[in-house]
Amino acid sequence: MLFTSYAFVGFLALTLLAYYLVPGRCQWPLLLAASYVFYWAASPWYLLFILVTTASAYGVSLKLAALSGEQRAYLAAHGDLTREEKRAFRAGIKKRKWAWLLGCLALNIGILAVTKYTNFVIRSLNALTGGGLRPVDMIVPMGISFYTFQTVGYVIDVYRDRQPAQRNFFKLALFVSFFPQLVQGPISRYGQLSETLFTPHRFQEKTFSFGLMRVLWGYFKKVVLADRLLPAVTALTGDAAYTGAYVLAAMLFYAFELYCDFTGGIDITIGIGEAMGIRMPENFDLPYFSKNIREYWNRWHITMGTWFTDYIFYPISVCRPMLRLSKWSREHLGQAVGKRVTVYLSSFAVWLATGIWHGAAWNFVAWGLTNWAVIMISQELEPLYERFHRRFALRGKAPYEAFQVVRTVLLMSAIRMFDCYRDVPLTIAMLGSMFTRFDPRIFTDGSLLDLGLDGADLLVLGLGLAVALAVSLFKRKKGSVRQALYEKPAAVFYGTMAALLVCTVVFGAYGAGYDAAQFIYNRF
Amino acid sequence: MKGRRWPAALLAAVCALGALYLAQRLLVPKYQTGVVEGSMVAEYYRETVDHDLVFIGDCEVYENFSPITLWETYGISSYIRGSAQQLTWQSYYLLEDTLRHETPRAVVYNVQALQFSQPQSEAYNRMTIDGMRWGPAKVRCILASMTEGEHFIEYLFPLLRYHDRWGELTGDDVEHLFSKDPVTHAGYYMRVDVKAQTGFPEPRMLADYTLGEKPMDYLGRMADLCREKGVELILIKAPIEYPHWYDEWDRQAAAFAAERGLTYLNLIPLREEIGLDMSTDTYDAGLHLNTGGAEKLAAWFGGWLLERTDLPDRRGEAAYDAAWREKTDYYNAMKERQYAELAQYGELVSFGANAVER
Amino acid sequence: MDELLKILESLHPDVDFTTREALVDDRVLKSFDIVAIVSEIYEAFGVAVPPEEIVPENFNSAKALYALIERLEDE
Repeated sequence: MLFTSYAFVGFLALTLLAYYLVPGRCQWPLLLAASYVFYWAASPWYLLFILVTTASAYGVSLKLAALSGEQRAYLAAHGDLTREEKRAFRAGIKKRKWAWLLGCLALNIGILAVTKYTNFVIRSLNALTGGGLRPVDMIVPMGISFYTFQTVGYVIDVYRDRQPAQRNFFKLALFVSFFPQLVQGPISRYGQLSETLFTPHRFQEKTFSFGLMRVLWGYFKKVVLADRLLPAVTALTGDAAYTGAYVLAAMLFYAFELYCDFTGGIDITIGIGEAMGIRMPENFDLPYFSKNIREYWNRWHITMGTWFTDYIFYPISVCRPMLRLSKWSREHLGQAVGKRVTVYLSSFAVWLATGIWHGAAWNFVAWGLTNWAVIMISQELEPLYERFHRRFALRGKAPYEAFQVVRTVLLMSAIRMFDCYRDVPLTIAMLGSMFTRFDPRIFTDGSLLDLGLDGADLLVLGLGLAVALAVSLFKRKKGSVRQALYEKPAAVFYGTMAALLVCTVVFGAYGAGYDAAQFIYNRF
Repeated sequence: MKGRRWPAALLAAVCALGALYLAQRLLVPKYQTGVVEGSMVAEYYRETVDHDLVFIGDCEVYENFSPITLWETYGISSYIRGSAQQLTWQSYYLLEDTLRHETPRAVVYNVQALQFSQPQSEAYNRMTIDGMRWGPAKVRCILASMTEGEHFIEYLFPLLRYHDRWGELTGDDVEHLFSKDPVTHAGYYMRVDVKAQTGFPEPRMLADYTLGEKPMDYLGRMADLCREKGVELILIKAPIEYPHWYDEWDRQAAAFAAERGLTYLNLIPLREEIGLDMSTDTYDAGLHLNTGGAEKLAAWFGGWLLERTDLPDRRGEAAYDAAWREKTDYYNAMKERQYAELAQYGELVSFGANAVER
Repeated sequence: MDELLKILESLHPDVDFTTREALVDDRVLKSFDIVAIVSEIYEAFGVAVPPEEIVPENFNSAKALYALIERLEDE
């Protein structure tokens, strides 16, 4: 069930209705049942995968908690131990905990790696050796990257004693499988999601209508904007003849398509949670208003970024071998290198992992490492920027900020083309063509109308994107749009909701009538 | 605060539903000009008198028989329940639907669609089914007809299917928001223009000449339903050579009729007897008859029918006279308009494909 | 404590670390800074801050950070 299928809309309506009809203590079991139905509808086989992940996380986290308890009890009972004896005991427990954690990680990351990356490895080996290994027909369970990360995060939190283990298997099963976020995140932390996931919620007009409004807004962005842009993106990136200024058009179209698609989906997810009184972490914070690429990555797919920081970046960068390497480099290679080595290596690992996580292909690796390189370069240029700013007092001035925002959007869009063309040399060639064959006339002479979008489509897109931009600007300056509407008479709030619904149904790009995508595929 | 918010929510919900309803009325195709076939199935429900004879089938009935001629010549009150590429199961459900409204003495089914075992196209499905009144027959018809990628809910709320037409709305969509003009004459689609038949490509060899299980099953159900209601079912094959009607198919249709004690009449060999001249009696090179041809065929077929079936002459019954006078007037007026266009432009401009392209 | 302040000030000379109480929450210290601080601490105090201790509560102020170092030295 895709979010945009009739089946999902019906499933959601029934789930919401049932959610508020059953007694409060039955709400979370209902959600567990709904989540399993949702996952089962995608494929009964997937349930097996998610059950293995849930069971291993459940068992290992209980074991970890038990070991921590053992340590606490032992130290409390033996107050007369010397510091060295305490240390030795702690080290012993830690070793055992580490073994359990490692087993759990190996199993779950192993499943993820095998299902998602086997064919990538086979294809890469073939390319390298000229061998003829045949790719295997592999089940890739829906959302496996998301739920694996979420579950692994939970187990590590228990390992780090930052999270008591959940003793109710079914509650943990719901945390792993909660259906709104199963397919595309956000990646919740157990500590945060569990605050509202299992508690009973009475129907409240405000939370329910806020949630519903956000769901509608998500559908609007997804169905009216993203899916309507899609044919043009497919056309532009599917044909290497679209060079020069078309590459710029592709960058911008894809930037908006991806933004509307991803944030729209997340709005639907978080909105569903809100309508049920469940709080999920935000995943976006107006990313296209970022002034530099690091800021962008703090505002785009936030839960993925913080996950990588907490569970990969820090553990690598503060592990003892890394600390020793840093010390050694300072002594032998000088302060300048020594200071950088940790950050460079750890963030390299993080961006490599981020790239591979996005997709099992070399173009994603290239995409991840380009992000890393750009971040490192801008980090190195920081002192230069400082001098520039001390000289010309531009910082904080509106035109300069606008320049920074546009620069960041263009830079990110250019890097993203790796993921569009799906071919590293082609991407580089296409980006290069922007500088050799740029013909700006295509933006005015109607060439854009040959991409599968007619004038009416462009009008809807223009108006829709203008509304989305207005909402973003309001959010940046004044905060929640829903809150502002809520403070107006109720008719304004609900009228907006009704208008959003009607616009989405009428202007959405869905259903049999919309065959523009097919038209594009037919043409090539 | 909370207590006073629900009326606004309710009002907004009502407004949204109202707007969606209006949008649906506006965006669903009206089939008033050019492609009028989508209007045919619904037009039946405007009938004010009962029919003693009902034709069921695809374009081979609604373009080839003129009910006006049957009325004028024999006083037979008839109706054609046909639509474009109407598949056998759709014909069955339309028969079920018709028999809920009235019980004719005879039903004529044209067997051409027996060759199709699968739904052919989403667009034709919609043109046939959308016009049906809601009821068990429509529900089952939809379930039997859906092609891959179609959803039942899009029949329930056609807006979901047609919402994207806002870019191609025409005057028809506004003018016929709430009312439609009749486009047929008791289900007959009129064309007076002439384009002679010159020949058809050689028929292809088929791997298997067996008529499909699904259409034969529904044909059987048609026969059962007619027997149950005391209606005589007559099977025909219209006198059209293309798409080719294979002898193997003909024998299977005849065998079915013999088994069920029904009459089956293949009209193709009878063209000379009927008086059809395919150089003047067709408007599209022999695929369909024009009005001249349809009148000839109706005159002959009515005579043949009366020799073996008891169909009353309704002329002189006030309700029938009034209803059929209205139809006849409309028929003659449209004929005149079409002849006038032919005389002026050499072709029809506000009917058929030209009306769409214009 | 003075040594810790010196480490912090070398990263952000414009920030007064003796008074700020929400260094992480206010995004004064970002992940790259934290990594730098941890490796400086390792050098200066011989204490390795394990990843589970890298939480905002421990890095929000110089005082909290110093308390962390003392606790880790003790363990």
